[in-house]
Amino acid sequence: MARNSPKFYPKFKRPQGTCLCWAEAELRSGGNQLLRSMSGKPRLTYCNGRGRMEPVRWLLAAAGVEFEEIFLETREQYEKLIKDGDLMFQQVPLVEIDGMKMVQTRAILSYIAGKYNLYGKDLKERALIDMYVEGITDLMQIILMFPFSPPEAKEKNLDSIKERATNRYFPVFEKVLKQHGQDFLVGNKFSWADVQLIEAILAVEEKVPAVLSGFPQLQAFKIRMSNMPTIKKFLQPGSPRKPPPDERYVETVLKIFKK
Amino acid sequence: MSGKPKLYYFNGRGRMESIRWLLAAAGVEFEECFLETKDDLIKLQKDGSLLFQQVPMVEIDGMKMVQSRAISNYIAMKYNLYGKDLKERALIDMYVEAVRDLNELLMTHAFQPADKKEQHFANIVDKATNRYFPVADKKEQHFATVLKDHGQEFLVGNQFSRADVQLLETLLMAEECKPDILANFPHLQSFKARISNIPTIKKFLQPGSQRKPPLHEKDVPKLMKIFH
Repeated sequence: MARNSPKFYPKFKRPQGTCLCWAEAELRSGGNQLLRSMSGKPRLTYCNGRGRMEPVRWLLAAAGVEFEEIFLETREQYEKLIKDGDLMFQQVPLVEIDGMKMVQTRAILSYIAGKYNLYGKDLKERALIDMYVEGITDLMQIILMFPFSPPEAKEKNLDSIKERATNRYFPVFEKVLKQHGQDFLVGNKFSWADVQLIEAILAVEEKVPAVLSGFPQLQAFKIRMSNMPTIKKFLQPGSPRKPPPDERYVETVLKIFKK
Repeated sequence: MSGKPKLYYFNGRGRMESIRWLLAAAGVEFEECFLETKDDLIKLQKDGSLLFQQVPMVEIDGMKMVQSRAISNYIAMKYNLYGKDLKERALIDMYVEAVRDLNELLMTHAFQPADKKEQHFANIVDKATNRYFPVADKKEQHFATVLKDHGQEFLVGNQFSRADVQLLETLLMAEECKPDILANFPHLQSFKARISNIPTIKKFLQPGSQRKPPLHEKDVPKLMKIFH
């Protein structure tokens, strides 16, 4: 299909001006520096799905930061990024922010959390936030890999998600919230840990609907977080939040990244 | 109560080694409590000492910290090995995370089943020489060119940081895997020599330090017994 054919560029929905089609992306990356710098918004490059970029979308959204997205649809786009030297370690996620081309999800998240005051007020609060975030990330990792597991392993993996959430991770946060009785996990202030937890709760619930039944504190936490203005906005249709991965997403990822 | 950090893990590298490196590089003395049997792990779990039932765990400054990244972050910040501002931290984080990816591959090598080992090894060498080392080598080259008249050169901000420590750790581990792996990376070779000579690191590299040896295949069954 010719590149100048209108059919080549998929028609992306344009919720809140966040999506670009490949043509615009080419224009911008093709040296129209003024256009890029004028927008000033962080720009995310990834596949059109959750994957490793979703926590970044959550954090930016929670911080009330508008961002743009470029979606990888073909292997050629990915290879071009590598050839152009945009990907430090030849991997996405890539987030262009404050003049940096950031890679490595945790590096990106730490930077955003630090910049938007979601990382606690001192070293000890940071330590707690880090511990909680890392624990939740371990749980999210199982969910992340789930769509890519072979059909015969899926039931076992689903059990694993349920078991880990119910026995290892959720009890910790239930206890933390019960013990201090505050609205937020750390330092009585909204932080990265809260964002990560609400994301995880919703992701697990998609797979295990009654997972919060033994966790009244977490149920209240979920309602509280969902009602925070920036998060509420992110949870509405038309936001940059991505739907759960489906077969098409898995196919796209394998097509682009498989060696 | 010694006031020194206390590390809880098995007597081997695993996910605790980077933490040992960081503490050593910062000149911080630490104690270690080694898990020898599954019961040792269960006892810690029952004590409520392990937030997510897992080690590594480090008792430091009145906290029982878990999650190796959280622990490393805390130590790096506390001992000024994390850059001078948010942007330097961002750069350090990028390097550290990438180096950690390579580290994971190296670490899991001993656990690969026999039929997967060779492929796993090839993957390690490929990633190291094609993905990670060129970046670090190029960075070093850049610094070598720009700052050659200045004093010491480091990966970020012309200041010793955790990025230097963790890169050195991984370079040495990669060399254990394949002794000539740095053959095409002259700047990494000089980086290795330079950082190894920093007094605290030099001390850690000497016999008798708390640095752990590579995992031997014969140790794997014992480990599996503790953690599985």
